[in-house]
Amino acid sequence: MTRRRRVERLLGVAAVAAAAVAGWLGLVVAPPDAVQGQAQRLLYVHVPAAWVAYVAFAWVLIASVGYLIRRDLAWDRRAQAGAELGVGLTALTIVLGSLWARPIWGVWWTWDARLVTTVVLLLSYVGYAGVRGLSTDPHRNARRAAAVGILAFVNVPVVHFSVLWWRTLHQPPTVLQPASPPMDPAMLTALFGGIVAFSLAGMWVGLRRVRMLASAAPVAAAAPTRSEPIRVEAGGRR
Amino acid sequence: MRSRISTRPGVRLLIVAGVALVAVGTVASVGLGDNLVYYRTPAELSVSPAAPAERVRLGGLVVDGSVRRGDDGVTFVLTDGTAEVTVVHGGDPEGVFAEGQGAVVEGVMAEDGVFRSDLLMVKHSNEYRAPADDGARP
Repeated sequence: MTRRRRVERLLGVAAVAAAAVAGWLGLVVAPPDAVQGQAQRLLYVHVPAAWVAYVAFAWVLIASVGYLIRRDLAWDRRAQAGAELGVGLTALTIVLGSLWARPIWGVWWTWDARLVTTVVLLLSYVGYAGVRGLSTDPHRNARRAAAVGILAFVNVPVVHFSVLWWRTLHQPPTVLQPASPPMDPAMLTALFGGIVAFSLAGMWVGLRRVRMLASAAPVAAAAPTRSEPIRVEAGGRR
Repeated sequence: MRSRISTRPGVRLLIVAGVALVAVGTVASVGLGDNLVYYRTPAELSVSPAAPAERVRLGGLVVDGSVRRGDDGVTFVLTDGTAEVTVVHGGDPEGVFAEGQGAVVEGVMAEDGVFRSDLLMVKHSNEYRAPADDGARP
């Protein structure tokens, strides 16, 4: 437990330091874009948010399979933490993308395949969070959630390849593609800094959340106290 | 007994998941329909013209030297390398609209062969470069 807390604290410090470096790389070192100007700097947070969300959903997939094999609620808690992180980061990706789109595309939003599949991704993991609360039996919830957590991942590659499979307003990938990235090296460095910072912060938040869920778990799992079921019943009867 | 308990919820889950997948797939394919083709190219529009007053999206590159700004908007030519369409967009172009860059317009094809647009969006490439003249604001 103490070792775990130490790792957590270390991750937190590393995340804050990486964020400071990433901020310096993205705001000072990297030049503005020749076409997009200063608004292009949003890429250094938009893209890391999207990628770490992908990783978080991959983690949900792994933890969901882990639960179905082990039937251990610890895996279920890991899946839940991953999904919550992924939902937050996907929402952040959409908001940052929209802020970028207004000055660059000229519109806040458009219904192209990338944007629509990303919203579907967000909604499916919001649905995942909802499925977790349908029953008062934690194992039944975990089982259903695991099924949704595995199924929902199908959409992650669809989101990534949407810009290649269909015509979109959203540009195709710059980095995650076979050719060398058509990007200024200083910009690429800033993007890398953002990815490191987001990854560390994501792990930090995820670990803390798993610990929080674990410390709350014995009460709900062993002997259902009044607070939990009543809340569910009230929601069900309404 | 044990196997019954462990398989039956599994089978049920699979059925629910299967139904959910089919439902999502159906809604997606019916709902998206033609919209999966987010924009049409000038060549496609010349081969299979849109119905009169049918609202379409048209995408292509803005031809160099074709942009003319007037009192009631901007006129330019969109190309896909094969065909060209002249576009009249009411209002000022927003975003990083420029010659040689991609653009997607929404509107109707008029009978005179000119596309009347009321929504202009800039399609950006996946390239990111520093300004040629270092320090100068682009």
